[in-house]
Amino acid sequence: MAPSRRIEGPLGPRGLVAVWLAKSIIRLSRVLGLGGSTFPGTVARRLAPGILGALSAGLPKGVILVTGTNGKTTTARMIAGVLRAAGLKVVHNRSGANLITGVTAAFIDATDWRGRLDADIGLVECDEATVPKAVSELPVRILLVTNFFRDQLDRFGELAHTVELVRSGAARLDDGARLLLNADDPLVAGIGRNVDIPAVYYGIDDERQGAPRMVQAREAKHCLECGEPYDYKVYYYAHLGKYRCPRCGRDRPRPDVAATAIELDEVSGSRLTVRTADGPELDLTISLPGLYNAYNALAAATAGLAAGAGPEAIRSGLAEASSSFGRMEPIDVDGRRVLIALVKNPVGFNEVVRTVLGDRGAKRLVIAINDNYADGTDVSWLWDVDFEQLAAAHAEIDFVVTSGIRAEDMAVRLKYAGVETNRISVEEDISAALALALGRVEAGQTLYVLPTYTAMLEVRRVIQRMGYARPFWQA
Amino acid sequence: MIAIGPQIRICHLYPDLMNMYGDRGNVIALRRRAEWHGLDPIVDEVSLDDRPDFLGYDIVFIGGGQDREQRLICLDFQRVKGSALAEAVEDAVALLAICGGYQLLGQYYQTANGEQVPGIGVLDLWTVAGKKRLIGNVIVETDAFGPLTTVVGFENHSGQTYLGQGLKEMGRVVLGYGNNGEDGGEGVVYRNTIGTYLHGSLLPKNPAITDHLLKQGLLRRYGQADLRPLDNSIETRAHEAAIRRARTKAR
Repeated sequence: MAPSRRIEGPLGPRGLVAVWLAKSIIRLSRVLGLGGSTFPGTVARRLAPGILGALSAGLPKGVILVTGTNGKTTTARMIAGVLRAAGLKVVHNRSGANLITGVTAAFIDATDWRGRLDADIGLVECDEATVPKAVSELPVRILLVTNFFRDQLDRFGELAHTVELVRSGAARLDDGARLLLNADDPLVAGIGRNVDIPAVYYGIDDERQGAPRMVQAREAKHCLECGEPYDYKVYYYAHLGKYRCPRCGRDRPRPDVAATAIELDEVSGSRLTVRTADGPELDLTISLPGLYNAYNALAAATAGLAAGAGPEAIRSGLAEASSSFGRMEPIDVDGRRVLIALVKNPVGFNEVVRTVLGDRGAKRLVIAINDNYADGTDVSWLWDVDFEQLAAAHAEIDFVVTSGIRAEDMAVRLKYAGVETNRISVEEDISAALALALGRVEAGQTLYVLPTYTAMLEVRRVIQRMGYARPFWQA
Repeated sequence: MIAIGPQIRICHLYPDLMNMYGDRGNVIALRRRAEWHGLDPIVDEVSLDDRPDFLGYDIVFIGGGQDREQRLICLDFQRVKGSALAEAVEDAVALLAICGGYQLLGQYYQTANGEQVPGIGVLDLWTVAGKKRLIGNVIVETDAFGPLTTVVGFENHSGQTYLGQGLKEMGRVVLGYGNNGEDGGEGVVYRNTIGTYLHGSLLPKNPAITDHLLKQGLLRRYGQADLRPLDNSIETRAHEAAIRRARTKAR
């Protein structure tokens, strides 16, 4: 195993100045009501490039890194709940700023003015492309990979390249580190076969949750080893399921942590029965809907076990994990219910649309699509979202306001999905779009707001200015 | 009884393997506009090992794929359907090939380590892997679909494509890289085949090309093509916004 190339050591005077400066910027931007979740990190790293390594080196239990396309933020928040329930002090980039600058800013925010970090363990949600860098700077003991879907291809290049980035990061982990991998995603499970770090697999062993055919965008149809199409016994969602290559025999690893029975219930919460390798069976309840959140909970339970949390901490930590920042978050606006759900790739967007359609009654929506760097500058993925299922419920669609930098593209997508054009309004300006939509919603009715990442920050700023939502660093 | 207009048969090649960058949006656009024009579109999905009768289709579409998928298709072309597709191109079947699909129509794709992956060779063009990825918004000017018009899209490719003598580019790059980032050309047109690097998806924001493909498909099969005028205001707005945005960003 290669020795650690981590930049460590005392903070030093430069590091201390960097901490002061970054903390001052964070303070100031809060006073001014700005988010400021990455800029302070950029400044600090310019001044003291080794600062993240220096700050994190003293964490007694190291760092848990969470990556993958979907579920990073929710899973990390669930893990945070479990770790806290286990009595640990956690430093966590909970605002979801998951590039190295955002991680640095979050760590600095958690230190005191003398540059000391009073925490037992670090929990870092990390963009896939940032994994190699994060591994080289942080004392990562656990690397959790949720799933791989197409997301922002303009940034990462092809999906295979994204997978390779994460694999190369995993290969650089220190001895004693562990990988936690989703057994049901062939792209994720493949990482375990291609590095020397021991892996713990988690997966779903309740075939009632699956379907014999795959209905959504597909990523990993062919065996990573020999190129033959996989045989799937069951698909849970997208390309996650029980697969086996009929030619070379490569198959889904048997999960060490498995959900053997899942009951999905939107109202009372989903229940999972989880079998662990050598521990007790866990009965878990989560308040978030959908099978994808069952996966997030399973991942979080696996991480909790790996970090030494007991069954009770896992149970209570998960039960309390609330809906994450901007993800199906309800806000009351003068008796009108505004539900904000972040959308960032086809699989996630499909799940959101499915949840919207699951609600009864007329559908009123704002869809806000930006194409800034953090959203992905290429919005062609909108054509992989199944808006046709939304159009199929056309009798229930009251209106859709498309907004954001790519409002027009979204309007075209809806038109070609079959949504009647007289139900579609285009308003690029997000503030004006929200005003327009809220004007058409009465007390007791629901408005769905589906923004991409930077559009969501704007939506929240607007709603906050109206006096309804808390600033996100308190969320 | 609903009157059903003339059939138009569309072949979607490798939808399971070649669907990068929302390529399926092109098929959605073809189907929808065919319906709005009063036609009766039939879309068949054709994949590995299938042996379709390409001459029986009016429009064929192939999108882009990742390296691994592209290799599988390269084998399938060599073993199963390459010569039949080449015949269809020569027979003036309307064909739209994007990105990886476009590259596969040519002589070969030369990878970074010098290996040459063969295409079907129906068009005298070849692609060489470049060091730099060509990514960004593109504006192209073309008269290939009637009067001079703009085409908008997004490109993301590392392959640089060069056209042999006698092959006509689809248009001139006003903004962006195009075929190779050097000669200012974008795409190719040959008979009723269009090859291009533009995705985004291409057709929804460029309804002139969608209608061009439908018209060529109808002409070849029925000898006439009467498309009704459609309300393109949403598409036009998106097309113009794309031009505006690309120009502002480029400044």
